[in-house]
Amino acid sequence: MGRYVALRIGQALLVVWLAYTVIFLAVQLLPGDPVTIFLSTDAAVDQATIDNMKRQYGYDQPLPVQYFAQLGGLLHGDVGYSLASGEPVAARIGGVIGSTLALALSAFATAVGLALAVVAAATLTRSAALRKLLTNLPPLFAAVPVFWLGLVLLELLSIRWGVMSLFPDGSFLSLAVPVFVLGVHVSAPIAQVLLKSIDTVYNQPFIDVLRAKGASAAWIFFHHALKNAAGPAATITGITVGTLLAGSVITETVFARSGLGAVVLQAVTTQDVPLVQGLVLLTATVFVAVNLLVDLLYPLLDPRILKSNGQGSPRALGV
Amino acid sequence: MTLQFNETETTTTTTAGPVRGAARRAGAGRARLWLTAVPLLLVLCWALFPALFSWQDPIAGVGAEKFQPPSGGHWFGTDHLGRDVYTRVVHGTSQTLLTAGLAVLVGLVAGTAVGLAAATAGRAADAATMRLVDVLLAVPGFLISLIVVTAFEPGPVSLGVGVGIASIASFARVVRSEVLRVRNLDFVEAAFLSGGTYRTVILRHILPNATGPVLALLAVDLGAAILAISGLGFLGFGAPPPTPEWGLLIAEGRQYLGSAWWMTSLPGLVIVATVVLLAGLGRQLLKIFRF
Amino acid sequence: MGTITTEPAAPLLAVRGLRVEYEPGRAAVDGVDLDLKPGEIVALVGESGSGKTTLARSILGLLPATARIAAGSIDFDGTDLAGLTEKQLTRIRGRRIGLVPQDPGASLDPVRTIGSQVAEVFRLHRDGRRRTRRELRAEVIRLLTMVGIDRPEERLRQYPHELSGGLKQRVLIAIGFSLRPQVLIADEPTSALDVTVQRTVLEVFDRLAKEFGTAVVFVTHDLAVATDHADRIVVMRGGRIREDRAVAEILSRPEDEYTVRLLAEAAPARAAAPAASAEEGGPAPAFALEARGLVKVFGRGGIEHRAVDAVSFGVRPGTTFSLVGESGSGKSTTARMLMRLLDPTEGSVLVDGRDVTGLDGRGKRDLWRTLQLVYQNPDSALDPRLRIRDIIAEPLLNFGLGDRAARRERVAELLEQVNLPDHAAAARPMELSGGQRQRVAIARALALGAKALVLDEALSALDVLTQAQILALLQELQRELKLTYLFISHDLHVVERISDQVGVMRGGRLVETGPTAGIFGDPQHEYTRLLLDSNPGHRLRGLAGATNH
Repeated sequence: MGRYVALRIGQALLVVWLAYTVIFLAVQLLPGDPVTIFLSTDAAVDQATIDNMKRQYGYDQPLPVQYFAQLGGLLHGDVGYSLASGEPVAARIGGVIGSTLALALSAFATAVGLALAVVAAATLTRSAALRKLLTNLPPLFAAVPVFWLGLVLLELLSIRWGVMSLFPDGSFLSLAVPVFVLGVHVSAPIAQVLLKSIDTVYNQPFIDVLRAKGASAAWIFFHHALKNAAGPAATITGITVGTLLAGSVITETVFARSGLGAVVLQAVTTQDVPLVQGLVLLTATVFVAVNLLVDLLYPLLDPRILKSNGQGSPRALGV
Repeated sequence: MTLQFNETETTTTTTAGPVRGAARRAGAGRARLWLTAVPLLLVLCWALFPALFSWQDPIAGVGAEKFQPPSGGHWFGTDHLGRDVYTRVVHGTSQTLLTAGLAVLVGLVAGTAVGLAAATAGRAADAATMRLVDVLLAVPGFLISLIVVTAFEPGPVSLGVGVGIASIASFARVVRSEVLRVRNLDFVEAAFLSGGTYRTVILRHILPNATGPVLALLAVDLGAAILAISGLGFLGFGAPPPTPEWGLLIAEGRQYLGSAWWMTSLPGLVIVATVVLLAGLGRQLLKIFRF
Repeated sequence: MGTITTEPAAPLLAVRGLRVEYEPGRAAVDGVDLDLKPGEIVALVGESGSGKTTLARSILGLLPATARIAAGSIDFDGTDLAGLTEKQLTRIRGRRIGLVPQDPGASLDPVRTIGSQVAEVFRLHRDGRRRTRRELRAEVIRLLTMVGIDRPEERLRQYPHELSGGLKQRVLIAIGFSLRPQVLIADEPTSALDVTVQRTVLEVFDRLAKEFGTAVVFVTHDLAVATDHADRIVVMRGGRIREDRAVAEILSRPEDEYTVRLLAEAAPARAAAPAASAEEGGPAPAFALEARGLVKVFGRGGIEHRAVDAVSFGVRPGTTFSLVGESGSGKSTTARMLMRLLDPTEGSVLVDGRDVTGLDGRGKRDLWRTLQLVYQNPDSALDPRLRIRDIIAEPLLNFGLGDRAARRERVAELLEQVNLPDHAAAARPMELSGGQRQRVAIARALALGAKALVLDEALSALDVLTQAQILALLQELQRELKLTYLFISHDLHVVERISDQVGVMRGGRLVETGPTAGIFGDPQHEYTRLLLDSNPGHRLRGLAGATNH
């Protein structure tokens, strides 16, 4: 157990460090240094301003110095300063992340609930037609572009029926609709994996033994099948963190909500490299942390994982 | 001689018995494959010969015909410049499909190389490449594409490459796990015992038997790339405006949500249908190639 | 005993005219009548595809979703089980009809504890009684003790993967008997277990059935096991019952021609000493295959496991040497080291007197021209994508032997040697039966003119009659081509028929070696005796002995 936990944490730290390194190297691949790129859109800038700004942000130092200085800063929670506003990157992100987190977390809860509901209904229904319909829902969800679903709902709810405002006004619908749109999007991979692993579970002999014990379909599903199938579903759920973030950016744009989405788009369009670096590092860290959590919870769902291999993460077993 | 019996019995240690009654099911599967493939072929033809499937000009509009709802003359209606939306969808196909195809190609080639290396080049190489794949997974693909698109010249190539980089991780993982699965099958060892060399065994046995899931992922990933590209197009990171592109079409329609619902809804439906069909194709490929 | 039809006692379970279909018009069970009296043990015997499992499962209402009862009734204590809804069935299952399943490894929920899975039966069937946690716990411990599980308190919190196969099957037996059902369906309950474990598990099973007066439907492919434990034997083939009689009658006066063949395979007259020519006369020839002090240690650092420990033996040219042992005894590891697929930690391997332990890749490639391996599972040993002719021709192609036409000719010759029809060449493995696939694997092994074959459980995945055919083929090939066999098996019955010499392995060590007659007739080592004693088919052998002499 201890070995498993230590290994997982070590791997997570390694991945975050690797992510930092890869991003640092990727920045060096850009044509020119961050300041030059940032100011390239502005014709009126002279070389002196550029040099001055480079010195300020430390981009005039040799690469190894930059690498370790930034790494050292990170360890103290300093993610650098935005080129556009001069604000600390951490403050810039921290200022807007609350609204995005609220959206993402509620959408995530919706997604998990929706996935569970679809899978439970598909497994327990007696009607073959309904089962077919329900099992085809997740692939459909996966194919619907977030922005399109958002726009169609806006068109129907705001313009056609007038029950919702076009812009966020704090009303229930203006909160619930974006959450629903993002939730549908994120539920698709979770439901697909859950359906598949439930299917695998039902093909195992122990299900027949349970039926032979006199267990009803619902009992088997809720007491046994779900826990057996939860492992792979939890793994894919961890991986949807990325989908959740991308979906948030688009959902925020469609519903004109403020949040991380605007910052991301602005950072990218103005080529504010330190801000982009900070955003990438943040998302990578969140991703790694969530997946570390999933890995650490995995043995509770499936005690076999501790015995079978201390090596690969459950994720390596394939999703 | 063969057991045509659809029996569930297994004696002693037979676990992976032959797929029984397979021939009959294969017939139904083939019909379903055609039902998926024919519409997809149509979409492909849109991309290759757009002029054969549409009759109006995709760029120049007829001012007098703006904001017309769908009708016999304009299946998807017309937009704010009086251009036929259906025509623009058809002409936008090549842009979207080409970019998505490039993305999948990047993912496939790089992912296969990484996956093969991880699965065959020893334990250390495996650990190293899989950590790098973890890094790729950890940064949302959307963000990667966004950065690549803005850092280099915006356009279909950087868009395709950006989205492709994001899909390297999934290809690498599928290739790796498939190669590992196949490599442990008895017939691979038997091939070595028959005097096969590393090269002949990989080419004759491992790669052909590992292709099913990779092909399936190829179809599914093409759908995902179309979604990603249209999403980026919607945010304004795709092709510049007059060019019809699926995501861009929807973005344009957004401003006229109140007056012309068809400008967003109908192109969106085309995207949904294409991606659903691609996912279906992927599932069927997986079934066909699974032994 | 007397004939069944005149027996006065009313049957507890009466199956009448049962027909089960998986596809319309294709019956897996067809027109079957079966009676089960209280306390009676009836064995359903047949090969795979005979319909025995389908019949047993239809009694429990546990047919797969694709199957359907097309006709007939299953009368159980006044109700027709075939007409009940799923909900009504849940009240009968577990309480009045129980199941002991086939594969203990996969028949317990892997993510729930043993304790909760045994207690579950009482939660599902409260019978108006609500047990406290403490009562439940006591009940479960009592059940686990009843089936002979040591340290039951500890087991409660363990997960299935922490238990051996034999213990898991005991847990499943405890579950099956927990509510004292009137009927128990035992579906190949021990076919996944080693013989010594099988024996102890079946002892528990017999004891409980007798104690509780439970009627048992015992499904098995193994006639020897059936005759040892059942009162009555029902032989099935192709979905129909071929013969249904008391054990004593079926052993002494089998009527059905198929039953006669099955019995002949299950209890052969002792193998007529196959070609013992190499044994005596002249100076002892060199060994064709020899292991000298082989050791294999797995694992690094703290946990070391000696899978094979100081194993030495030799196989004379043209003879068969068998390694027998239970799972984990190290016999397959030994075989793989002899094949040079695995490097020994210590010791050496000699082929035709030449030390091949140090061979590199190219050397091994040459070695494998004369030394070949046949795998246990013909399903996975043949590339499913290739045609049979390409599979057999692959070694020829790899060594660049002959042109297209010559290879074609050689494939045809090999097909004939293994008694496969010409048209099999164009088929793919999935289109062949298990026995045919094993023939293909043998043909491939012989393609380059191998002189020695290592047969790793090569018959274990096959049905009894198919086994007999492949066995005959192997003996014929040995005679014709002067082949040397190293035969790896857990099946004493097969070993006795094919071997000249036998080595018994246990825990990585070779505990006894000797000529077949010696090992089976006069075993020296205590473990060999235990193994022979556990081998099912005592009644069968007794009877066969009585009629033969």
